[in-house]
Amino acid sequence: MGRKLLLEHINVPGIETLEVYRKMGGYSAAEKAIKTMQPDDITEEVKKSGLRGRGGAGFPAGMKWSFIDKKSEKPRYLVCNADESEPGTFKDRYLMEKIPHSLIEGMLVSSFALGAKTSYIYIRGEYFYVLRILEKAIEEAYAAGLLGKNIFGTDYSLDVHVQIGAGAYICGEETALLESLEGKRGNPRMKPPFPAISGLYASPTVVNNVETIAAVPHIINITGDEYAKIGVGRSTGTKLISASGHINKPGTYEIELGLTVEEFIYSDEYCGGIKGGRKIKAMIAGGSSVPILPAHLITKTANGEDRLMTYESLSDGGFVSGTMLGSGGFVIMDETACIVRHTWTLARFYHHESCGQCSPCREGTGWMEKVLHRIEHGHGSMKDIDLLVDIAKKIEGNTICPLGDASAWPIASAIRHFREEFEYHILHPEKVKDPKHFAHEPFVSSKLENV
Amino acid sequence: MSKEIVFSAETLAVVNKLIKRYPEGRQKSALLPVLHVAQAEFDGWLSSDVMDYVASILEIKPIEVYEVASFYSMYNLKPVGKCLLEVCQTGPCMLNGADDLVAHFEKKLNIKVGETSEDGMFTLKTVECLGSCGTAPMLQCGADYHENLDETKADALIEKLRAENKRSRYC
Repeated sequence: MGRKLLLEHINVPGIETLEVYRKMGGYSAAEKAIKTMQPDDITEEVKKSGLRGRGGAGFPAGMKWSFIDKKSEKPRYLVCNADESEPGTFKDRYLMEKIPHSLIEGMLVSSFALGAKTSYIYIRGEYFYVLRILEKAIEEAYAAGLLGKNIFGTDYSLDVHVQIGAGAYICGEETALLESLEGKRGNPRMKPPFPAISGLYASPTVVNNVETIAAVPHIINITGDEYAKIGVGRSTGTKLISASGHINKPGTYEIELGLTVEEFIYSDEYCGGIKGGRKIKAMIAGGSSVPILPAHLITKTANGEDRLMTYESLSDGGFVSGTMLGSGGFVIMDETACIVRHTWTLARFYHHESCGQCSPCREGTGWMEKVLHRIEHGHGSMKDIDLLVDIAKKIEGNTICPLGDASAWPIASAIRHFREEFEYHILHPEKVKDPKHFAHEPFVSSKLENV
Repeated sequence: MSKEIVFSAETLAVVNKLIKRYPEGRQKSALLPVLHVAQAEFDGWLSSDVMDYVASILEIKPIEVYEVASFYSMYNLKPVGKCLLEVCQTGPCMLNGADDLVAHFEKKLNIKVGETSEDGMFTLKTVECLGSCGTAPMLQCGADYHENLDETKADALIEKLRAENKRSRYC
């Protein structure tokens, strides 16, 4: 059993209530931080812990906090990114739904560290029922004096509000989220200035993911040094992984970073192996935006080393033979999955979610969707494959925000590793007429056979 | 014929509470939540009259409301059926049978995606990832998630919604 921090008390009945959460030691980190620590000491602990942003980018959280403009006379804001919309990712939803106070306590400690007096949780519109759970938890916290004026009898006061989105993946990008929080379209801003200098209402702002914020009280409880001992190298601590696709036990798991991918997929403690005992075909390790990996690169790196659930090991081999830990949205495909069809659904997703500001992304995502649609439906030509690669290349790096890259990587990597399958669709249109073409008769590539 | 576009006193109190969450002069920040409230209050969609009304409440220009309402996928700019069935179709749901589920609803309700059933009860819509990948396939109807669906569960859901005969709403 790996060490559990975020989900340690997940099975305690009533853990969603303030009463039970406090019984299990909840808000002790907040009390310790606010009564006995200086804000900068908290930032120091977070730096020592090595905690990296859990939303996907993996940027060191303590460093992000230290960028906040302290000379500004404007109010500072902490904004929690609960816009979780990356296909394959549902860990934040689980945490907020089951232990809402872990996020509220994290908001309290983090806001105190940053000197914020008002903080917002921006949650995706579809999670309306989670919004209600959070609002209830916040109400409980106000009633108990854990939010509001003079918290723990000190002169620190904090208000926390939840803002609801309305259906837009792009609002998970931090500056688009801030635009949305200001009541505008979710168009990402040009950077610099970064939010730490000019964020919400042009004030110094830190935007952190739900899981990042919820990890902070644990760091305060056990100290940054102790937290840093969990994990491997620069991948410290525990991470929530949401696992889905063709596995026996889909769900959200907390792992110690450094667990092998093999154990995560096949052990009963986690995914419990592939459904129906079928062969594994592909893995997406960190949400739909990261490169897809074929069977022979999942549990081993190209060098033959064990692949670990860490930022470094998953990206071993770069984009040629590696991927990224990303958001921890872990999707497994077995031999009956059609990579072309799957890639087409992702292309459709990015086309739908492009905000339309930058032409390479606005136009390119639409072209990729169209080309993939025709290949999947048996109307493609061989030059379409290189056309896709070309479009992906021209989007990558040429947009204001990372949605462009995120749309290009899954397509480029699918072609890199599964080119034969794209060619098969083009050469055998009659075989792909039925939308479930590989569900009955798996497509076997030469690479797959070698596994 | 159409009812007058004014929030009830009760709703207005909710809206005013929402506005108070933001600093003075930043009432526009309440636009997204207020549009949800308006959509729920006025038959599940945002007509231009409703949007103009929201603009007047928040003291912003109507165009500021239109550009936001047209950006986000949860705002309906056309009338919808009483129950909006939003079936997720992205990667993980596709792997677990979302295509079959959509086809089943099309057949059962005798409509295509994007259409409303003749009795005005159901509108079928496909949506992108709802963060329910581990419980796929699934759909959202109002604030409720219906997960791990198969044809039997889908049929039971339709019957239940028909019997309840209530308008689904997010809030």
